[in-house]
Amino acid sequence: MSGVLVVMETLASGAALHRMSLEALAAGRKLAADLGSTCSAAVFSNAPAPLAATVAAKGVTTWAVESPQLEHYTADAWCAALQQLIGEAKPQFVLFAHTYQARDYAAKLATRFNEVLIGDVTHIRVDSGSPVFTRQWMQGKLNADYRHPSGTCFVSVQAGSFSADDSATAVGEVKNFTPTLDPSAIRTTPSAPFREAAQTVDLSSAPIIVSVGRGIGEQENLKLVEDLATALGAELAASRPICDAGWLPMERQVGSSGQTVAPKLYLAVGISGAIQHLVGMKAAGTVIAINKDPDAPIFEVADIGVVGDLFEVVPALTKAILAQKAS
Amino acid sequence: MKIVVSIKQVPERESALRVAADARSLDESDVSWTMNEPDAYALEEALQLKERAGSGEVIVLCAGPGRVTSTLREALAKGADRAIHVVTDETGEGSLAARDTLDVARLLAEAVKTESPDLVLTGLQSDDLGAGQTGVVMAELLGVPHTTLVLHVELESDSKIKVKRELEDGWFQHVEMKLPALLTVQSGGNKLRYATLMGIKKAKSKETREVSAAPFAARHDEIVKVAPPASVKRTEKLTGAPDEVAQKIVEKLKLEVKVL
Repeated sequence: MSGVLVVMETLASGAALHRMSLEALAAGRKLAADLGSTCSAAVFSNAPAPLAATVAAKGVTTWAVESPQLEHYTADAWCAALQQLIGEAKPQFVLFAHTYQARDYAAKLATRFNEVLIGDVTHIRVDSGSPVFTRQWMQGKLNADYRHPSGTCFVSVQAGSFSADDSATAVGEVKNFTPTLDPSAIRTTPSAPFREAAQTVDLSSAPIIVSVGRGIGEQENLKLVEDLATALGAELAASRPICDAGWLPMERQVGSSGQTVAPKLYLAVGISGAIQHLVGMKAAGTVIAINKDPDAPIFEVADIGVVGDLFEVVPALTKAILAQKAS
Repeated sequence: MKIVVSIKQVPERESALRVAADARSLDESDVSWTMNEPDAYALEEALQLKERAGSGEVIVLCAGPGRVTSTLREALAKGADRAIHVVTDETGEGSLAARDTLDVARLLAEAVKTESPDLVLTGLQSDDLGAGQTGVVMAELLGVPHTTLVLHVELESDSKIKVKRELEDGWFQHVEMKLPALLTVQSGGNKLRYATLMGIKKAKSKETREVSAAPFAARHDEIVKVAPPASVKRTEKLTGAPDEVAQKIVEKLKLEVKVL
């Protein structure tokens, strides 16, 4: 048992790699280098050859795992295929990107090996010859360091925590692997992905965004942030709980399950800053956060922080902006 | 239709969170507790499924020390028919926090087995540790199919369901599977109900069955350190009266960010 195996994910179309898989690959290569070990990757598809060649070109030995049962993702097929591949490749570390797909099956796979998944890891460092994995607790208010003393170690890495690395050395070898998959053992039938309605709000190109979170308390209080957004000429956005409650449409949601934005200014009002939100906005130029909780994780990524009552600060700010514009 | 909803009691969002003296766990002494929000959505979906079907039973399941009975009572008040409390130690190696994800899922799966439900629902992740594994691991231990990030469940027949699942970047997908099955529920699929006074009154006469937790199994992973995160940016904290703070922000928006 040695080395790092990175599980690459393909997009639903099957034609391209998930961008987060390239980050996981970079994390895997770095971990292998720090351990003085080797990194390999695996691509799963009914026709994996082209993508396996793309991954191998990045300098890692790549398993092209091929089966008609791997045309569309199911937890049962992916677990069975990976279980067999791990039996063949015998890696010590199995790395995933913490995507929706990995969330669906990585822990199930670990269970087959009587193991646990160390999920949603934001940082890996090697200390005294073995890795320490950092993941968040309490919606980002605490960081917890984990070790995995023995056995196969399953890890998934958070989006944006590791930079994709294109510094290929020599082209890696492609190895073909054909798992034995019983179609009758696949118990779920997925349909083709669909969208609800044409998206009419594109937050990704907005230069200024005023974003609101749980701290706003009630739907009727939204007027405060709407006025601020209007004064600034900003788009209004929100964290997931506001959209879950139906106070703003889902298409105004920023975060891992919403839009990814990179405005010049991101003004976060009453947003605590759970990692699912931060991954959607951390590319913003300037982040201003207003929150009553001094320990809110949003302050870790804010350039300017106001610890205070948004119901006092936001109206004052709107007034000051309008006064400035009028002068 | 018999539905088990597995719920977790977690620290309230506003709770002051402190690291315990061992620097490897949470100091629970001043924490106030609440129902994990994604689990509240799972409970809501279960109650609505039962209401749409016109019959059935919703059983809530929670592992933890004595304090979790308040969360089970809340679920009963919202409309669950009865409750199962897997009683764990309050502190030490047998406590919930000291067990790894596999051991916790095993505790819950053992309790589910005694009920042989048609459907098991749970939230997609907990607001405290956020591992998002309990449901997925339980499905494997129970030997049933599962789907994660589910927003809505439709009963196709007595033995088959069709669910709407959230994918990334605004995409969705329908997934069909036979019962029994396990689903982890994403938030936002339904509006959460409040317990009514009548519900709170009725909850008092509903059954809560206590089962003692199996002895802990050795952890597969090891938590070596827990600490507040270090700031990645140098945050300039603005202080003062609201009008002063607003004026300072306006200066920055004008001179530094250049958006005014």
